[in-house]
Amino acid sequence: MTGNDDSPLLVVDNLQKHYPIRGGIWGSKIGNVRAVDGVSFSVAKGETLGLVGESGCGKSTLARTLMRLEDPTDGRVLFEGRDLAHASKDELFGLRRDIQIIFQDPYSSLNPRMTIGEIVREPLLVHRVGTKMEQLDTVRNLLETVGLTGEMLGRYPHEFSGGQRQRIGVARALALEPRLVIADEPVSALDVSVQSQVLNLMIRLQRERELTYVFISHDLSVVEHVSDTIAIMYLGRIVEKGPVDRIFEHPAHPYTRALLQAIPNPDPRAQRGRVPVQGEAPSPVSPPPGCAFHPRCPFVRDECRSALPALEPVDQASGDGQGGHVAACVRKHDI
Amino acid sequence: MPLLDVDDLRVGFDTEAGLVHAVDGVSFSIAAGRTLGLVGESGCGKSVTASSILRLVPSPPGRILGGAIRWGGVDILRMPSQDLSTIRGKEIAMIFQDPMTSLNPVFTIERQLGEVLSLRFGLQGADARSRSVEMLRTVGIAEPEARLTSYPHELSGGMKQRVMIAMALLCEPKLLIADEPTTALDVTIQSQILSLIKELQQQTGAAVLFITHDMGVIAEVCDDVAVMYAGRIVELGEVEPVFERSEHPYTKGLLRSIPRKGVARKSELPTIEGVVPSLLDPPQGCRFAERCWRRTQLTAAEQERCLDEAPVLDQKAQSLAACHFPVGAFPLEAETMVSGDG
Repeated sequence: MTGNDDSPLLVVDNLQKHYPIRGGIWGSKIGNVRAVDGVSFSVAKGETLGLVGESGCGKSTLARTLMRLEDPTDGRVLFEGRDLAHASKDELFGLRRDIQIIFQDPYSSLNPRMTIGEIVREPLLVHRVGTKMEQLDTVRNLLETVGLTGEMLGRYPHEFSGGQRQRIGVARALALEPRLVIADEPVSALDVSVQSQVLNLMIRLQRERELTYVFISHDLSVVEHVSDTIAIMYLGRIVEKGPVDRIFEHPAHPYTRALLQAIPNPDPRAQRGRVPVQGEAPSPVSPPPGCAFHPRCPFVRDECRSALPALEPVDQASGDGQGGHVAACVRKHDI
Repeated sequence: MPLLDVDDLRVGFDTEAGLVHAVDGVSFSIAAGRTLGLVGESGCGKSVTASSILRLVPSPPGRILGGAIRWGGVDILRMPSQDLSTIRGKEIAMIFQDPMTSLNPVFTIERQLGEVLSLRFGLQGADARSRSVEMLRTVGIAEPEARLTSYPHELSGGMKQRVMIAMALLCEPKLLIADEPTTALDVTIQSQILSLIKELQQQTGAAVLFITHDMGVIAEVCDDVAVMYAGRIVELGEVEPVFERSEHPYTKGLLRSIPRKGVARKSELPTIEGVVPSLLDPPQGCRFAERCWRRTQLTAAEQERCLDEAPVLDQKAQSLAACHFPVGAFPLEAETMVSGDG
């Protein structure tokens, strides 16, 4: 389902989030952790952008910065043209109705002292939407939408399984009828049989409500299933981005290739015995010069050690417009 | 004779609500040089089964309720505690999911590896040191000499797991039990650790019992697989037939619910509806019956049988399965199964 609108719902432009490193007796700033270091992408209405990367790549910081749960160091986050990164408190309050987040851990993201009715109703209270009766109706409908029943209103989170809790998180995120949902590892804590239930729910809701998702995960097979576009992050930057089929069939960045090869394949006849990528991701406190992946890259050249490659179109066909296939690698054409 | 023979193992946990039958009649064996995967979702009893082998189930609240675990013909469960130390960390070694909590934070890597060598082989000083360096190099740790003086917090998660593997292998075990050893790691690091375990197994000829919830990991490293559900093994056999022509509806359901190649993007994934039954008072019949997607394809009498009579794990066309109406006997299309969930 593609938006008819030409302008994307969300445009992220050169977003940066740096954290100071303090040291010495006075706690003065001695450096920066570049958790998110110049990230740009856009998401069309009704589509899903999958954001993939391993721990420490900055994907969760990015999610929090998008929501303005963290103030960005630099860059813009445009939601329908309005800049969240520089919005005032009042503007932000309004914008937050349209943008909601689903967290990874269904255990710590629900207040154990509140009933699930109160949890799902809270956003409606905060934003003063409707009368009490209307709010309770909405809550009941939402619970049914996510596959729970209205009678469960008075129960507490501990009475629910992980999958059910994640459904409650989804219901809460939908309470204000947002247009953009940022899902930070929404199924990572769930067992596979439950994982597919939550994925089905999210896909159905997207279809019914024309929701736009930024879906963050380290699990490529999940991301492949739900996304239209994929962005791969490594050490605070996007190293490759493009339509999901292109990325999976013709990965251009060596890191994307390494990730794809590393996924354990449940097909017992799949070809084995490939050599896994060596080494570990460097610390974002002291990233290596040049391309951050070069110390692990099997295709490394001298120039990779000094110059930071730009995100450029992989081939003529994909162009450099929105939704094209781009990669930040000097050897994207010859590997 | 198999290296390890687990026979009708039963383990319970005393809770305020009563006795939870976490492992309820589990039997399997491992031959030398083979890798058996124990797979299942949270709470199925796979980790308790693994811990029972070294008698590491905390007691109380845990209790061995019955069965036997034979190691070279001797029952580990009935062995005096002092004899256990001749097996633990010598003939059988174990690595855990969380290397952060399995290493002692106040000792250097050298001291922790040295302790193993001293207890196992009486090696001390320079001999122990050179053996440790050699082993760290084998498990792929760069600059092993420098790492010896490191403390666990100075190492990354992947490195700590490598140190754990090094410690386990220093014992030269005949059986290595790996309990979700890569679950806490990133996929590129997981792939390195899996290749390492496979490679080292080929070199040493040790048997491996690999516990995981990830069907992909099973397919990568195991020869045989045992699928557990609600405290019991529901299917057991070689990986290829079990994965490709699963006999038990639970195995098939699990495999189908993973998004994979060939499944249309954003299409509905098959699910397993419902929840795992309580192990306080497990159902008397098949434990999966309530959630079984095949139920709607059975006659009323057949459904009755599933609910009343617990199926035994016996030989079906492709593998051992505990099911009255195995999938292999009645091949079904994937579509039927999706609609079967209702």
